Amino acid sequence: MTEKSFPSPYDQKPSDAAAGWKDLYAYNLVFQENRKEVEEAKFWFCDSQHWPTVTKPFETIGFEFAVSCLGQYNSRHLLIPPANGIEFRIHNGYVFMSPVGVPESEIAARVPQFMQRAGHYFQNWDTLLEKWQGKIRGTIDELNELSFDALPDMVPVEDVLSGKGTGPNNELLASFDKLISLTYRAWQYHFEFLNLGYVAYLDFFTFCKEVFPGIPDQAVAKMVQGVDMELFRPDDELKKLAKLAVELGLARHFGDTENPEATLSAIASDAQGTTWLAAWTEAQDPWFNFTVGNGFYAHDKYWMDHLELPLGYIKDYIVRVQSGHTIDRPVAELVAERDRITEEYSELLSPEQLEAFSGKLGLARQVYPYVENHNFYIEHWTMGVFWRKARQLSKMLHEQGFWPEAHDMFYLRRDEVRETLFDYVTGWGVGAPAIGPDYWPAEVARRRVIVDALSTERPQPALNTPPAVITEPFTLMLWGITSDQIKNWLGESDAPEGEFRGMAASSGVAEGPARVINSSDQLSEVQDGEILVAPVTAPSWGPIFGKIRATVTDIGGMMSHAAIVCREYGMPAVTGTGTASAQIKTGQWLRVDGNNGTVTIVEDHEHDLTLAPAAAIQLDTALAAAHLEGSHA
Amino acid sequence: MTHAPFIQFFDDDVAPAHDLLGGKCASLVALTAAGMPVPPGFAITTAAYNAFIHDAGIEADIHTLLKGLDPNDIAEVDRVSAQLRFEITSRPVPAELHAITLAAYEALQSRFDSPVPVAVRSSATAEDLPDASFAGQQDTYLWLVGVTDVTEHIRACWASLYTSRAIIYRLKNNIPNEGLSMAVAVQKMVNARVAGVAITMDPTNGDRSKIVMEAAYGLGELVVSGQVTPDNITVDKVMLMVVKRQIGDKHAELVPDLESKSLVELEVSEERRTQLCISDAEITAIAAIAKKAEKHFKCPQDIEWALDRDLPDGENLLLLQSRPETVFSSTATGSIPVTSGGFGIESITKSLMSQAGKA
Repeated sequence: MTEKSFPSPYDQKPSDAAAGWKDLYAYNLVFQENRKEVEEAKFWFCDSQHWPTVTKPFETIGFEFAVSCLGQYNSRHLLIPPANGIEFRIHNGYVFMSPVGVPESEIAARVPQFMQRAGHYFQNWDTLLEKWQGKIRGTIDELNELSFDALPDMVPVEDVLSGKGTGPNNELLASFDKLISLTYRAWQYHFEFLNLGYVAYLDFFTFCKEVFPGIPDQAVAKMVQGVDMELFRPDDELKKLAKLAVELGLARHFGDTENPEATLSAIASDAQGTTWLAAWTEAQDPWFNFTVGNGFYAHDKYWMDHLELPLGYIKDYIVRVQSGHTIDRPVAELVAERDRITEEYSELLSPEQLEAFSGKLGLARQVYPYVENHNFYIEHWTMGVFWRKARQLSKMLHEQGFWPEAHDMFYLRRDEVRETLFDYVTGWGVGAPAIGPDYWPAEVARRRVIVDALSTERPQPALNTPPAVITEPFTLMLWGITSDQIKNWLGESDAPEGEFRGMAASSGVAEGPARVINSSDQLSEVQDGEILVAPVTAPSWGPIFGKIRATVTDIGGMMSHAAIVCREYGMPAVTGTGTASAQIKTGQWLRVDGNNGTVTIVEDHEHDLTLAPAAAIQLDTALAAAHLEGSHA
Repeated sequence: MTHAPFIQFFDDDVAPAHDLLGGKCASLVALTAAGMPVPPGFAITTAAYNAFIHDAGIEADIHTLLKGLDPNDIAEVDRVSAQLRFEITSRPVPAELHAITLAAYEALQSRFDSPVPVAVRSSATAEDLPDASFAGQQDTYLWLVGVTDVTEHIRACWASLYTSRAIIYRLKNNIPNEGLSMAVAVQKMVNARVAGVAITMDPTNGDRSKIVMEAAYGLGELVVSGQVTPDNITVDKVMLMVVKRQIGDKHAELVPDLESKSLVELEVSEERRTQLCISDAEITAIAAIAKKAEKHFKCPQDIEWALDRDLPDGENLLLLQSRPETVFSSTATGSIPVTSGGFGIESITKSLMSQAGKA
């Protein structure tokens, strides 16, 4: 039998409507015709975890910054001995990655460098992290100061009288450059600690796998993972606000939250409203710098800009509070469970092993919070500001006639935006119309057709021939690209019809009707008691996790957002199923086994769909009972 | 005459005295007291055996016959063994003991709507018999119906103290014959749909974070005696998650035949052979009970379990036996060689290299 392979990108043409798509992206981002031999020799996997949909030309900034900074820290700052960065390409609009190894001969020389550099960070973790907080907040402040206003008809007279000597065109160009460079800076900060968080985790993980052969990945994650993370603060704030609203008797104002102004003014006119509004205002900074997406798309909606989103979530929480549900995450139970697991494994070790176990676990727990919390600071907060500013610029140029829709700028590459700004300031200076308004509308229309055409097709999960085994630590940890996963994608899985296998990412067993969600815009469709099935989830979907019974994703490993969130909410999750979201239909009855990593379509369940939420059953009782008995005995 | 009780029900709420109950019954009493789902039954104590031997007046005979016996003279040992066992099985049970046994048997039966078959098993004390931990294998009589059948097999259990193998074992290990005794368990028979064993560690590598279970259709005897290849499932003990499943052939099953009121060995269909005989929920429940037994006895356990087809789901898992695991527990997890020890930057560097296959 010959080795099974994924298609070559050179044999994968998009539909005719998408012809010419490569020109939308920078030359270095696409598979170039004359590099066929080089590119086909590499294995590429689609990162639909972070870029599930087609990226518009401007949006490539997300992976260009993120993935290049990841690589920079592996290869240039820390000199991680066996791993360089990850190459990336865009193919038919989707993002593909290929890890870069370190030549055998160079590995040894990197070891002392790595030990000195990484060792310093581990030894001074808390002080360096405190410094990091200052650096990232300073960067966000600088980003916030940027503005992209239309150029005035004349230079303000005071600038003339003060002898300033430059015009606002100068600041406009500088602001754009600053927008890009500040965001690039933030992405470097993003990886200053993240890779180290992963290697410390990996060290503990490797030890556990050796001393307890076959220990479930989930057990290791549960021992390390924190339960009270900043990443969960936004959702926790909404819960607090919901409870406060009930307490103050304000619930009746949350009947229709689609119009935030009306809702908020109704609350303001209530005698108890002031207390609530003060809490509402306080929660916003910084916790409403939170996206329903993942921070990588221009259309991501941030709570701050769309108050109907947090108000809608609060409304849902109010309903749950009023019907006697507990809306808080089971923090005490999660802590007790984490302690139980840690203690039970500890008891099995020799004194010498226990010392190593405790030391590694201690370090992993110290560094781990960053692995989750950075997401709030960069993907949510920094990127929220970045996209808001970028949209402001796009709208300004739209108002200057450059393109027909407010957000059309995202069909331009970022360097084309710079050219366009030069065009704009030149026209302003010369006193003749800029060229862009006669060039961009037709070009944007052409690109829109191409992007729409690319969007109608799903990407291949991977390209070319996979290696026999995947060993690159970050690929395994972050993306969950295991040898088994690849087998799944190649259709070599031995799972029977109607069953999907993935990673047992969060324990427990649950049944319920499926709700397939392909984008965050569909989140409002999720009903109580359903099982969320999605290509990928974002951490910001937190508020709907109060409604659902379990989560199933196509992509992602133990450390994927869905896995982390489900463990925090104590609900079953199976991640990295490959194709579940394409094959499962909304309404189908599912059984999700987060202990074994299986999802089964139950064909002939005795169940009336109209009763779905109430009748959905939690089958986790045996496990829970066993644990309870264990802890009480 | 005052003597220790002849009978102790497993759920009498009397602390198990090993001398009186023997290993198996003591364990069943302790498991029952710990709230484990043990099928109901009672022990016929060593005091009963002693009274029997005393009343039968064969104590002196036994000592005379065993005196000066050469363990290498197999023919002579066989002759002595046969004579001793005949002496025991042919003597009448004293009237008092017989009456008490009958009353206990009826008390057990009265717990059920209709008569239930029972199992009779020997329960040896300490090192009186070879392979103490597996002593149950030889002297188990299943699916007995009616009191006569039961009393007969009680004597058979007593007689098993003097099998050739047992005699030779004691001679070779200098275990004196004085004070030798035997208790017997009489227990409601389980109508097992599936049964098997579970060890609260991985015997292949001494990993104490695992529970390894074996399961096959019907009564557990075929698994215990190695006559079928069972399904083999490894569960993480802390998380109670399955980490490995291996389907065994399990070609035959031992099931009761209602017509003949006895056990029959049937062939298992191809379809049933090729699938796991227990569900994930059952695996979790078995693992949970094994873990509970280990926690109770504070050392690795080797349990026998069964899923009773007459009981509803969720209540059908029964614990038949829990013994200290004696074969593998010398190799504790602490002895698994570890290359990723230590902590801090040195060990992190090493882990990175080995993860990437570079060390």
